[in-house]
Amino acid sequence: MLGAWVSFWAAPRPLAGMNLRAMSELLARIAQGSDAAAFHELYQSYGPRVKAYLVRRGADPATAEDLAQETLLAVWRRAALFSSTRGTASTWIFSIARNLWIDRLRKEVPWQELPPAHAEVTSPEPSPDAVLSENEVRIRVRAALTALPAEQQRVLELAYLQGLSHGEIAARLGVPLGTVKSRVRMAYQRLRAQVEDLK
Amino acid sequence: MTITHHLGTETLMSFAAGALPGALAAVAGAHLAMCGRCRDELVWFERIGGALLDDLPPLALRQGTPQLPRTQPGAPPETGGLSGNAANPILRLAGQDFAGVAWRRIGIGLWQHPLPLPGTGVLQLIKAGPGATVPEHGHGGAELTLILRGALSDATGSYGQGDVADLDQEIEHTPVADRSQGCVCAVANEVPTRFRGWLARLLQPWHGL
Repeated sequence: MLGAWVSFWAAPRPLAGMNLRAMSELLARIAQGSDAAAFHELYQSYGPRVKAYLVRRGADPATAEDLAQETLLAVWRRAALFSSTRGTASTWIFSIARNLWIDRLRKEVPWQELPPAHAEVTSPEPSPDAVLSENEVRIRVRAALTALPAEQQRVLELAYLQGLSHGEIAARLGVPLGTVKSRVRMAYQRLRAQVEDLK
Repeated sequence: MTITHHLGTETLMSFAAGALPGALAAVAGAHLAMCGRCRDELVWFERIGGALLDDLPPLALRQGTPQLPRTQPGAPPETGGLSGNAANPILRLAGQDFAGVAWRRIGIGLWQHPLPLPGTGVLQLIKAGPGATVPEHGHGGAELTLILRGALSDATGSYGQGDVADLDQEIEHTPVADRSQGCVCAVANEVPTRFRGWLARLLQPWHGL
């Protein structure tokens, strides 16, 4: 698994058919009416990735698939709440899958809720410009991520995909906690600078 | 409510990653519910998660697209897992003005109420009377303190309602509650707090930590 990850970072791949703008449009179609065809397409794109994410977080494959289904059904129910100005479809789906996994870990007690920005604000009609610019941001975030030094990528991987706290990352890598934190800060600064410089 | 103290970059990142220990995540979540600036920042870190999700090698699903529920999209959100912020025990208790909280006295002008939680870390509400001092203590790990009522100050600054003190383990401090209104705050520690001095050691067993 680690080998696969390393090769992912080393050799950026094409998006494997994922068109983020198309994904946001699918969400808009779902929000506007019960568009089962749009849901099917969304499900087939994201379901396998959400399952892969949950397996990395430690779920067994059957649980991962159940939770992936639950994640996408939550998307179906809540599509009207999606705001493309606050992240791509991927950002939103990631945060839903993350919350469902945390709820599961913490015995169904919801300690980390969907951020209110997503949960409570009903988005206005998504403007094509907003979708496009968020898609641009996403492309730049990804480019910035792949350009990060390996040690910073490793910290992000351990946090996002394995769910390790900073203390656990420090122990895993055998470095001081302060080093982990400074890698997080540097990664964030580079990411932010790269995206905003290009605006 | 003007919030001037925010969550640190490292804490936001860990929260977005779903990697923040439970007690800290509860306090961070309560602050996020009050703070638009931190919510905007959080989106940056969730974008990282979205980008990583897109690039994961997909795992084939064993079953097809599920049967869709009959409810129309846009229907009121269902509860359970994705419920609103009222599910956060800190906000729930604050919303009820701490009615029904069984405060336990732990020192002069100091009360405590533990919030048991599944997951890692120690979470408690602390109530301090006007001018009360929390004994000097250091942290074996991260500490997050969110002011729910009143105000608090220490060497790192003054904290009012909605402010969060995001301190790391190197810091030792002696918070003092506001002289007129006192303070109610939620405190999360990654590991139990260590108090200094003989009086504090005497109080330690009472502190329940």
